[in-house]
This record gives sequence, structure tokens and C-alpha cells, in this order.
Amino acid sequence: MSHILKMIAQRLALGLVTLFVVSLIIALGTELLPGDFAQERLGQSATPETVAALRAQLGLDQPFHIRYLTWLRDIVTSGDFGVSLANGNPVTEQISERLRYTLWLAFYAAAISVPLSLTLGILAALFRNSFFDRFANASALTSISFPEFFVAYILIFLLAGAGGVFPSMVNFRTDPTFSEYLYRAFLPAITLTLVVTAHMMRMTRAAIINLLASPYIEMARLKGIKPMRVVLRHALPNALAPIINVIALNLAYLITGVVVVEVVFVYPGLGQLMVDSVRVRDMPVVQGVALIFAAAYVLLNLTADVLATLSNPRLVHKR
Amino acid sequence: MNENRDVLLTIRDLRIEGRSDEQWNEIVKGVDLTLHKGEVLGLIGESGAGKSTIGLAAMGFARDGCRISGGTIDFDGIDLRKASEAKRRNLRGKRIAYVAQSAAASFNPAHRLIDQYAEGPVQHGVMSRGEANRDATELYRRMQLPNPDEIGFRYPHQVSGGQLQRAMTAMAMSCRPDLIIFDEPTTALDVTTQIEVLSAIRDIVEQFDTAAIYITHDLAVVAQMADKIKVLLKGEEVEEADTRTMLNAPTQDYTKSLWAVRSHTRPEQPPVAPGTTPVVAVRNVTAGYGTLDVLKNISFDIHARRTVAVVGESGSGKSTTARVITGLLPPREGEVLFNGTALPPDYRNRSKEQLRQAQMIYQMADTALNPKQRLRELIGRPAQMYLGLRGKALNERVRELLRLIELEPDDFIDRLPSELSGGQKQRIGIARALAAEPQFIICDEVTSALDQLVAEGILKLLDKLQDEFDLAYMFITHDLATVKSIADEVVVMKEGIVVEQGPKSEMFQPPHDPYTELLLSSVPEMDPDWLDKLLEERAAGGAGASVEGAGN
Repeated sequence: MSHILKMIAQRLALGLVTLFVVSLIIALGTELLPGDFAQERLGQSATPETVAALRAQLGLDQPFHIRYLTWLRDIVTSGDFGVSLANGNPVTEQISERLRYTLWLAFYAAAISVPLSLTLGILAALFRNSFFDRFANASALTSISFPEFFVAYILIFLLAGAGGVFPSMVNFRTDPTFSEYLYRAFLPAITLTLVVTAHMMRMTRAAIINLLASPYIEMARLKGIKPMRVVLRHALPNALAPIINVIALNLAYLITGVVVVEVVFVYPGLGQLMVDSVRVRDMPVVQGVALIFAAAYVLLNLTADVLATLSNPRLVHKR
Repeated sequence: MNENRDVLLTIRDLRIEGRSDEQWNEIVKGVDLTLHKGEVLGLIGESGAGKSTIGLAAMGFARDGCRISGGTIDFDGIDLRKASEAKRRNLRGKRIAYVAQSAAASFNPAHRLIDQYAEGPVQHGVMSRGEANRDATELYRRMQLPNPDEIGFRYPHQVSGGQLQRAMTAMAMSCRPDLIIFDEPTTALDVTTQIEVLSAIRDIVEQFDTAAIYITHDLAVVAQMADKIKVLLKGEEVEEADTRTMLNAPTQDYTKSLWAVRSHTRPEQPPVAPGTTPVVAVRNVTAGYGTLDVLKNISFDIHARRTVAVVGESGSGKSTTARVITGLLPPREGEVLFNGTALPPDYRNRSKEQLRQAQMIYQMADTALNPKQRLRELIGRPAQMYLGLRGKALNERVRELLRLIELEPDDFIDRLPSELSGGQKQRIGIARALAAEPQFIICDEVTSALDQLVAEGILKLLDKLQDEFDLAYMFITHDLATVKSIADEVVVMKEGIVVEQGPKSEMFQPPHDPYTELLLSSVPEMDPDWLDKLLEERAAGGAGASVEGAGN
């Protein structure tokens, strides 16, 4: 086990480097955008004097590297991610509420899509080339072939709209209870499920079918083991590594890539916050959200690698 | 002797088709087979003879891409072709079991041995899990596995090949089947390990009076195991007879040619004049991976027009020696001399000329040839790179090389590797090595993957080329029959040490080093009583009984 702990430590250290690089790229990227927060805030009515005054007030008149290094120093020395330029609230406070909603939605969609795609993938592998297999594949492919907003509006049309059961806009003005939450966020969760299921399902199916020609699968069949058990007990454990990796990638997508769905359902998640902050060049918030996104990728990939390692006896039990 | 026993398995006019190039071709063409209870039938033939396909058909099973298209398979009154899949499944593992060629590939890497042992009996409702666990330990003990109480709790990768093969035989026995199909169970093993597996298999088959179909291409092995032998060729039966009759008086020409196969012997060469500079001299080489020394202070010479066979079991350091000579693995100590001059340890520091002089031929011609290149490119590339041939000269050279390896240039020059047989592919490997016009060629198990008749042809070709071009060969092999047929000198390796070396005539004459003795005595002979005699001798302390095989 010690080699796994060592791997985790190494990867976490590398993760910090990744976060640093990401923050640098984001800072440089936003620097390249035309205009800054002062111009965006003052808009049409800006005079050179007022823009300069606002810049000086917010420290935006400093050169790029000074601003970046100051921001970095505050994080390293005191864990301070700065305050939003737009409303003066601490970035951590502003992000934490949005992060909670984003994670909620990601968990909600994952709780539906992961078991669903695993089950469909296993069944498709078991009954490969059957009608079921083709139907599952075709519908999964159809659902990812449409843009997310289209799927979302179709769902709203079918399930919300006139006589619909579910709300088309997610209203969190009052803090929801758990069951209320499940009800209100049902449509976005289903939309996301439709988007990510195909990828995971097809990978599960392919990873299992890939193994079905192995000698140990033939051996299992020749031992008279039932087909379902052959797939579940003999193929699946050996197919876990690629499946886990695809699941991790899709979970990361559920956290970081859902801005379109958030916009359609007016869901107060991180994606919307990111887009709004970029629009007004609210640098500290953009940086904070970008770091969260990067950290989600780093942690999920690390988790996937650890689980994939643990699923392989050759790596866990040395000779 | 089995005439009055009950018939267990009757196969009549069995026809099996295989799918290739979008059409079905018959690969088993009307084979009959009768097996009595407790009887062992040996199925022999070259690759493509349909041995495994028939073995699987005896379980009512056809691999993907194959289908049983005709005939009847009757197992103890059950028509396996007409029975439902569920009924067949219930027979498999429970009454008919299977032992595969590579236990390492056929054990599921994700589960412990004992879990895989217990799965059959528990799923078939023969035993409870607890009973199965106790039974596993008991059978592991009978199969003479070390630590029978503990070995089941290991994963397949934690157990050696010979032990896995025995564990797989034990697993096949778990439901006490009436019939076991052994599909080349010892082909992948070293000779010393093979003996242990063979004797363990034979004991257990006798103890439980199990009938068996023993599939192999090794005549000497089948002579030890089978009561009767059936010879197959391209999906058809050549002949079938009682083992002794078959060995002593085969009636068909094909069978006779199989029996006579180990006939090629290289004429003995005069001793090398003292003071001759060897082409390749390995001097006190110690090398290894990481902190582990795989080779420990080995030295030997290879002279022009001479073949040095490097013999040893898996893990003895044969291939590592080749890697040191070719510069793929720089040694920790020692050096490699080429015509008396030290070669740079790392191939990246060697000159083009030095690289040209030493070429390699590989075991798996399949993976050593780029499947997307035609023979013209495969063979032409080294001639172009080392000798700077272009255009017409290059074309002419490729055609000449093809003629040398006895392939018709017009017919072959534009083929892809996939359009060649195994033996032809290996010939291309030889031509590619020759294209660089080297003085020295390393042949790494070049005949191990080939059928005996085909291997024989390759050995003859190598011999002929050696005479023609004054080549020095280093011939890596674990097969002592091959050594006998082509070596001038032999180097025996065990665990990275040269145990014994000298001219072939000395090596095959006593007295031997104990390990050489063990290796030599472990090579199966055609005599059906060979295994019994050997085991008796070893029990009495002879025939290398005092040393451990490397596989354990």
C-alpha cells in the first residue's frame, strides 16, 4: 500500500503545480481580452479621468506581473483569494455558495447517470449485437448528438410547459429541503444525464467486449458459468480501469462544463458565475472559479488512478 | 484393454467450419472418435490440424468464428449438438472439464486461485464454498504444489507457470469430471517443469479414473500420456492406433515423416585453430535491470562458421545476453569484443558499420515484421540503409535474398506479411538479417513457435547460409533437440551463470554438470515408458534429482 500513498502524495504535489500553471494561463488570457473591469463598469459614460481614478482605486493601474504576484502572495501567505471587484465581497464567500449548488447538481446527475450507464453498458455487452444493444447505442448516441440546450428545451417542452410536472426554472430564493431540491433540479439533472450517459455506457460496453475474447473468459465459459456471471465476475473486474477513467472525466465535466444547462434553467452554479465574471473582467472571481475547475479535474483524475490501481491485483499484491 | 469398458464419448463424422474472408471454410472434415471411460486419447498434429477445435467440440463448444456444421457428438447418452445451451453449460466444468495451454492467460488475473477453483463446484451445486475450499487444498496437495494450504490464496501473477498449470489441472478436477480435455498443457513450460506437470497430471487422471483427450504436437509427450493416439492432418484423421503400435509401426507416410522429424544434424566441424580471433567474444559480462543482476560474470566466444547454442530455462539470462551483445542493455561490468575490438556498450555509440555486422532474428516473426510493409520494403530497408543500394541494384538484391531463402521472387516480392505462412515469415526474418551482410547473427528461439517439419526446414536453411557466407550464429533456445541438430558448441545457462560450456559432442556425453544432466534427462523421449523410468531413477537419486529446475 505504501506505493499507493506515495503515488497520491506525488500526484497532489504535481496537482499544485498544475493549479499554479492554470492560474497563470487564466491571468494571461484575461489580460489579452480587450478592456478591463474599470472600462466595463463605467461603460459608455466613461471619461479617461474616471476610468483612471477607478483603476487607481482598485489597483488596476499596476503592471500585470505586480498584480499577479500580489494575488499569488496573498493566497500563499494568508489563504486570501481577494475580493470581487464587482461587489467587494470576498471571493471565497461568493464562490462557496455557487460551488455548493454546482456540486449538488453534479452529484444528482452522477447518481442517475453512473448506475444507468454501467447497467446499460453491461447489458449491451451481454446481449451484444442484439436489438437491445442497438437500441441502447442508438438512443445514447442520439442524446449526445443534440446540443445540450436543445435537449433541455425539449425536456422543458415535454415535462414542464403546459400541464407539465417539473419546474422549468430552478428557484432557490428559499433554501430548499432535500426532496424539494430533487424536485426543482430534476430537469437539469436529467438533461446532464442524457449528455454524459452515452460516453460512459459505450466505454463500459467496449471495455467488456474487448475482454470477451480473452482466454480466461473462454475458460469461464468452459467451466459452465452462466453468461451474466461471466460478464459480471470475470470480465467486469478486469475492465474497471478504463471505465473508472471515463466516469472520472464525465464527473469532471458535470462540475466544469455545465454552463449552458445552468443558463437554460437559470441555475445558480459556478458556470454562470464564471461567465458573468469574465464579462465584467472581475479577475479575482474568474481566477477562483478556474482554480476550482482545475482542482476538480486534478482530484477526480487522481481518484480514478488510485481506484484503477486498486482494481488491479497485480499492482496491489506484489509477487 | 479398454474394449470392455463403457463408451463415454462418441463423435461421428464431425464437421466444423471456420469463418475467414467472409466465407465459411471447413476446418474439420468428418472426424470420428470413440473414447471409453478412464481412457486417455492423444490427439496430435501440426498447427491447423484442428486438434483444439475437435477438443472443444467434445464439450459442445465452438469458438467465435467457428461453427459445428455436421456430425454427431454423443457424451454419455446426451447429444451435445441437440442439447440446449443450458444443458450443455451444466455439463461443462461439471462432467467435462478443460485445461488450457497457457494457464497464465487462462486464469482470471482479478481473482485468487482458490476462488476460481471453488467457482465451478459452487455454481454447479456440487459443493458448498467451505467444502470446495477444503477440497482445493486437498487437490493442490495431490498435485504436489508447494504450500497447498496457502497457495490458493494467491493471485495468478504470484505463482510460477508450472505451478499455475498444475493449479489449473486441479481446478479441472474440482467437480470430478468424467472427461478432461488437455489442450497442450505443457507446451509453454520448460522441460524440467514439464516433467513435474506431466507426472502430476498422469497421477491424478489415474487416481480418479478420468477419461482424457490429450492434445499436443509433441510426440514424445503424448507417448507418455495416452493409451491410444490419433494423428490429424488438416482436419482429417490420418490414422489411429494403440500408443505402442503407433510408435513402433505407423502405417501412414505422414505419421512416419512426423516420427522422423528430428533427423537433421549438422556435420561436426573441425575444431577452431588455436589463436583464431573469435567474431564475438563476451568477456566477464555482468548485467541486469535495476539493482538486480541477471547475468553474472559470463564469458564465451563465437567463431566464424560456428553455431553456439545458448541453452537454459526461462529466466536464465539467455535473451539478456543477446541484449548485451547488441548494445540494447549496456553491461555493468565486462565487455563485448567484435573481431578483437571492444564494442561501445551502448548501441547508440556504435558506428553504422558495427551495427551492420550483428543482426537478429526473432522468435515471433509475426510481431517482428511490420504488417503494413511489403516484403520488398521489409528486406530492402536494411540493404538500403547499411549498403546504400538504390533503384535497380536494390531490387536485384531483394530478389537475390528471396531466392536465398527459397522463396520465388516474382511471386513473393509484393506480398504483405499477412499473406505468408509462419515458416515463410520466419524466412523473411532471416532474409532481413542477411540483407545487412553481417558476420554474426543472433537467432532468438527462431523455431520455437513453428511446427516441427517447418522448423526443420528453417534449421536446414540457416545451416546452408552459414556455409555460404561464413556466418557466426548465436542460437538461443530452450529446446535441446534443436541444440543437438544445429550447434557446434553449447553454453548452458542457469540463473545468469554459465553452468557448463564446450563442444556439442562433449556436452551430450557424460559426465555432465548436475544441472545439464537434469536438463538432458528431462527431454521427453518417444519411449512410452520413459517417464516411469525417469521418475524411478530420480526417486533413486539419479538423473539430476539433486538440482532444482529453474522454473520452480
